[in-house]
Formats: sequence, structure tokens, C-alpha cells
Amino acid sequence: MQNAQGVPMTGAQIVVETLIEQGVTDVFGYPGGQVLNLYDELYKASDRINHVLTAHEQGAAHAADGYSRVTGKVGVVIATSGPGATNLVTGIATAMLDSIPMVAITGNVPTTLIGRDSFQEIDITGITLPITKHNFFVNDVTELADTIREAFRIAKSGRPGPVLIDIPKDIQTAECEFVKGEAVEPFPQEIAEDSEIDRAVELIGQAERPYIYIGGGAAGRGMTKLIMTLAEKIDAYIGCTFMGLSAFPNSYDRFLGMQGMHGQYASSMANKEADLIIGIGVRFSDRATGNTAKYAKHAKIIQLDTDLSEIGKNVKVDLGLIGSIVSSCERILERCEKREHPEWNATIAGLKKEAKRIQDAAEQKAGGAMTPKKVFDIINEIKDKNTVIATDVGQHQMWAAQYVDFERARRFASSGGLGTMGYGLGAAIGAQIASGDKTVLITGDGSFGMNLNELATAVTYNTPVVIVLFNNGVLGMVRQWQTLFFDKRYSNTVLERKTDFVKLADAFGLPASRAATPEEFKTAFCRAMQHDGPYLIDTLIDMDEFVLPMLPPGGSIEDMITSVD
Amino acid sequence: MRSVIAIYVENKYGVLTRVSGLFMRRGFNIDSLTVGETDDPDFSRITISLNGDESTREQVINQLKKLHNVKRVKLLKTASSVERELMLLKVKNTPDNRSEIMAAAEIYRAKVIDYTTDSMCIEVTGEPTKINAFIDVMKPLGIVEMCRTGVVALERGNSILEK
Repeated sequence: MQNAQGVPMTGAQIVVETLIEQGVTDVFGYPGGQVLNLYDELYKASDRINHVLTAHEQGAAHAADGYSRVTGKVGVVIATSGPGATNLVTGIATAMLDSIPMVAITGNVPTTLIGRDSFQEIDITGITLPITKHNFFVNDVTELADTIREAFRIAKSGRPGPVLIDIPKDIQTAECEFVKGEAVEPFPQEIAEDSEIDRAVELIGQAERPYIYIGGGAAGRGMTKLIMTLAEKIDAYIGCTFMGLSAFPNSYDRFLGMQGMHGQYASSMANKEADLIIGIGVRFSDRATGNTAKYAKHAKIIQLDTDLSEIGKNVKVDLGLIGSIVSSCERILERCEKREHPEWNATIAGLKKEAKRIQDAAEQKAGGAMTPKKVFDIINEIKDKNTVIATDVGQHQMWAAQYVDFERARRFASSGGLGTMGYGLGAAIGAQIASGDKTVLITGDGSFGMNLNELATAVTYNTPVVIVLFNNGVLGMVRQWQTLFFDKRYSNTVLERKTDFVKLADAFGLPASRAATPEEFKTAFCRAMQHDGPYLIDTLIDMDEFVLPMLPPGGSIEDMITSVD
Repeated sequence: MRSVIAIYVENKYGVLTRVSGLFMRRGFNIDSLTVGETDDPDFSRITISLNGDESTREQVINQLKKLHNVKRVKLLKTASSVERELMLLKVKNTPDNRSEIMAAAEIYRAKVIDYTTDSMCIEVTGEPTKINAFIDVMKPLGIVEMCRTGVVALERGNSILEK
């Protein structure tokens, strides 16, 4: 790339110029000794690229992740060497497990000091090897710009993921010629063979009870309409994994919601009853399938995925269509015939009715008490279609997955694969900055306690994040398992803390209220949604509220628990 | 089931770690792994021999294909490829076993490459089964230490691991 027409620049300048060239407008990070030069250039370029300073590098990584989830753009995070870099690890792993495109840039000690256990030196490329799609250690400034471009290309190609670039300090100060380039395009995707598409059409033609099962690979790729059209043509119903949430509006009548461990009764049962499962961008994870040995034994399975290693990795499939899932879906749609399955429609209607009966029974039992369902009813009533929902990890997350009415794609930021407690607040800030839309963080007192320092970030940038903190004084999800599978031996799940979250919010400089009844919550939530800036609602719920239905770990659909006395 | 997989990779910093690390974290067991530069110094060729059922093997190949520095991966079928391994083996040299060692070496077309009054160093090349058989012969005669390269393999005929 470098030639005589270039402009001489330092490595640090090249980093900033290449980020701008790649279309980056916002970065998240935290300065430090080995990125001083880079931060100096960010300072000079602050009119062209916005840097958001978080309270901790982990928060910055989650913010970059949340930023990516709502836009589809590559999230960028910057940290210094040593502890700065290691603090990114959980954030990078979270992005890896959920296939979120991210570029993480770390500084390192000068190349002359590498390998000597110098102050704040760490082998971050070694550490992040298994949790990145790829990573780079740059030891020549002339390769820096192209390395960053390559990182962006890898991050957004095929199945997206995080890429880390480690840049020693002397590479940031070294000079070379820089030639501005273009924003890189993803590598072209494979296309499934025509004969395989024909085979898929044949299987669809033989099916009486087709079920489309979509995951994170299909969510937010502009495929909603396409999959709806396909479902209507072949008279199929749609369920999703946790990562597939928000791809379909919950109001769509063919959409049955999330299936699996804490999935909806209707979608989990439909998956079981189906004679053909069309998995699109799903990895048939244990959380979504239950015991794979007993999974969908009587159904044919077609799996569409851009990642060839996913085909048949967890569940044996009858047909794998490798490559662009958009192309595969389009060609299937074109070639398949219109089908009608009245019996299947009746079965699904029955499942929906049973799901409603279970739900109604639970609500009746609860009476006027403050249940998670009631909280979400209020949230659904007041939020609009653009409101972003972010969550932490635990019971509140599963309640969000079950009860939030999503209306459009890319409005959900939550750690699915890694299940990262402490993800939510950073991610909500990133998602809000990316979307410009009101963001509601659903969290619990356990998760929130892990990274609540990012309240400082929300206050500094006056980020309108409404924090709905489900406060039950326990680590609810683990406690639920202890109730069900460990004879109520509540080992280390009862939080005997004295934290006053309203006072805490006050100390950080944001308004807050406490809500103990649905009425109080509604008042607080309305006020919070109108407030220009962050707002916290300490939402008190009973510690014995459970996430149901539940498939016990290693169990299958027959073992579903729908109520607990 | 034993399989041999040939991998054509960019000759870059950390590539071997990426490939071998993948085996560890996906829980695949490697029997042997060899690596060396090719005629094009920008690329290296890795040969991996492993045991596992068909689905494991397929998963290994698919995961390898996803690594950014990996350019090509191919399963080498035993029937249509040639495999060789080299072993250096040090054995005790005593008046009692000397002639037996020399005879075995001759039969296995092995070469004595170092000789002292106490020990002999033998070089033997062949398919892994031949190497294993030679070890069995030498064991009762007193192996002092040994070192195997692991298998390298090429396809027969015109087939190549594309560049």
C-alpha cells in the first residue's frame, strides 16, 4: 500500500486515520502508558472521531459490543497494555460466543522490551487466541494500516467476530507513508450448491409439520421479510434461539418465540412436534435443544449456515446448506411450492392455547403482586418500537427474553453464548450511543453489582439509559437451580448486602426511584422514559419468582417444568 | 480411526500455535504434528496425524479451514498417499546384543549413524507401522532414548495441496 504519494505519519496517526477511513465514528476505551501516543492523536482528531471514556476497560469492551449489536457495524475498543488488555478479555469472549464484529486495539511495551516481563507487559495475542476470530501483533509500522484493514475485514466477514490488534509503543511512534484507502468489504460468501437447494425443496415438499428455527446468524441481516414469506409459502411456524430474539416482531402470528431451556411452551413443543426443522443461522446449542440425544428424533433437519463447521456440530442434520443464508433462503423460496397444513395449524393453535393457559394460571396465582410479567407488561406498554432492550445475565434476562414485545430487528443487546454477568450497563451505553434511541437496561442486583461503576459513564455522557433493576436480594437463577435440584441448600446465593441503590444512584449523580408495586413501577418508568439522561428504578420483586417454563439441564422437552409449588 | 490431514498455511508468527491450540481447546487428540517451510518461503506445510471418528475428523477439518492463516486443508487418504516418518533411536551396545541390532537394522533398512563402545544411534525411515515394529524389536535389546519426527505425507500422482 505504501508508496511515494503517501503522507508521512506516525503509527498512532495511522491507527486513527485508518479507523476513520473504515467508517468508524465512535470508539470506546481507556487510556494508559502504552497508548499515550494513540490517545494524543485521538485528542487531535476529536472532531472526526468520538471517544467514549468508560470507568473500566471491560465496560468499554461491552459498550463496543452493544454498539455493534444494534447497528451491525464493527464496534471498536481501545485499551493499554497489561491490565488494560486483560480487562478486555471477558468483553472479547462475550463478542466471540455471540459472533459480534469487534476490533480491539491494545498498546504494548516497545518491541525492544517484549518478552522481558516489562512493566505492564502481557502477551495479549496469546491470551486472546481462543476468543478471537483472529489476532495480530504488529511489529512493523509499514504493515500497520493494512493490518487494521484486514482486522475489519475479518471481523465482518462470514460469521462475524472479534479481532484484536496489539501495537507496541515504538510502532505507534515510528513513521512511514500513509495512503488513504477505502472501507473494506467482507470476503465473498460461499453459495450452496443448486442440487442441495433442490434437496431442501424436496424435503419441504414431503413435510407436513415444518418449523423454522432461527438464530443469531439470521437476526438483523435484513432477512425478516424473506423468512416470513418463506414461512407463509410453506405454511411453517417460526421459533428462535435466544440470539434470534428481536429478529421477528412478537406480534407476528407465525412467530412462537424463543425455544429451549427457558423458552416458550409453544415454540419448544412445536419444535418437538415438527417433522421438518429448518435451522437458519443456529448452532443447536445445548440451551436451545436440551438433550441432543433425544432432540427432534422424528424430524428431518435442514441447517443453513455460513460457517461450515456449524453444520452437524451439535446435532446430526439431514442436509447442510453451507454459505450465504440469504442466498439459500431466496432460492428455496423461489423453487418451493405453496403448501397448506391444516392439521399443523390446528396443533399450533392448541399449543398457543395451552401456553396461554399456563401463563394465566401463573398470573392468577400471583394476584396483584409485583411479578416480572407485570413489570414487562408496563415496559411493553410504554416503550416504542425503537426502544433498545439490553440485559445482564440471570433470571431477569430470561424474563426479558420471554416477555419483551420486540417490534423490529437489532433492538436487543444481551450476552447469549457466554452468559456474562456485568455485561448489561456497558452494553446499554454502547447501544444507546449507537442508536440514539432510548435504551432500557434490564438487570438484577447480582449482575448490576459486577460493573455498576459504568453509572459514572452514563452520567458523564448523559446517556439516556433507563435501568430497571430487578432487586430480589438473591442470585436468583442459581438459587432457582438450588431450589429445584439441590434441595434448597442456598449456598452463597443470598445477598446479605445493605446496598441502597437509590442512594447509590444519587452518589453517582443520576435520579432514581424505588418501586414495590406495579403502580409505583409504572409511575417511575414513565418518569424515567421522559427523563433526558440515565435513570435507575430499584424494582423490588420476590426472591421466589421463578423463570418458567424450564427444561432441566440435560433434560429434553418431556421433562419441561411449567409450574412450581 | 487414524487420519492424516495436510494443512497449507501462511508462514507467519504464531501460526503453529493457532493450529495446535485449536486441537487442545476443541478436545481433539493429535498423534503427531510436523511442520516445515515449503518451496515458497511464505508458506509452510503442516501434517497432522490423529485418531477419532468421522464426525471428529470432519469437525477438525472444518475448524482448521476457518483459521485466517490456513490456506488449504486436505484429508489424505491412506490408499492414495505416501506417508513417511523418521526416527532416531539410541540403543545399548553390548557384546551380547550387537549382532542382533545390526541384523535388525539391516532388515529394516535402518542406518547406524553413531557408534560408541556403549551405545549405537540408528536412523530408520518408513511408514509409522514399520517404525512401531522396529521399536518392538529394539525394546528387549535396551532402548536408551528415541525421537520420532511424526508422519509427513504427500498424495500419489498429480494431486497436490493447491496453493
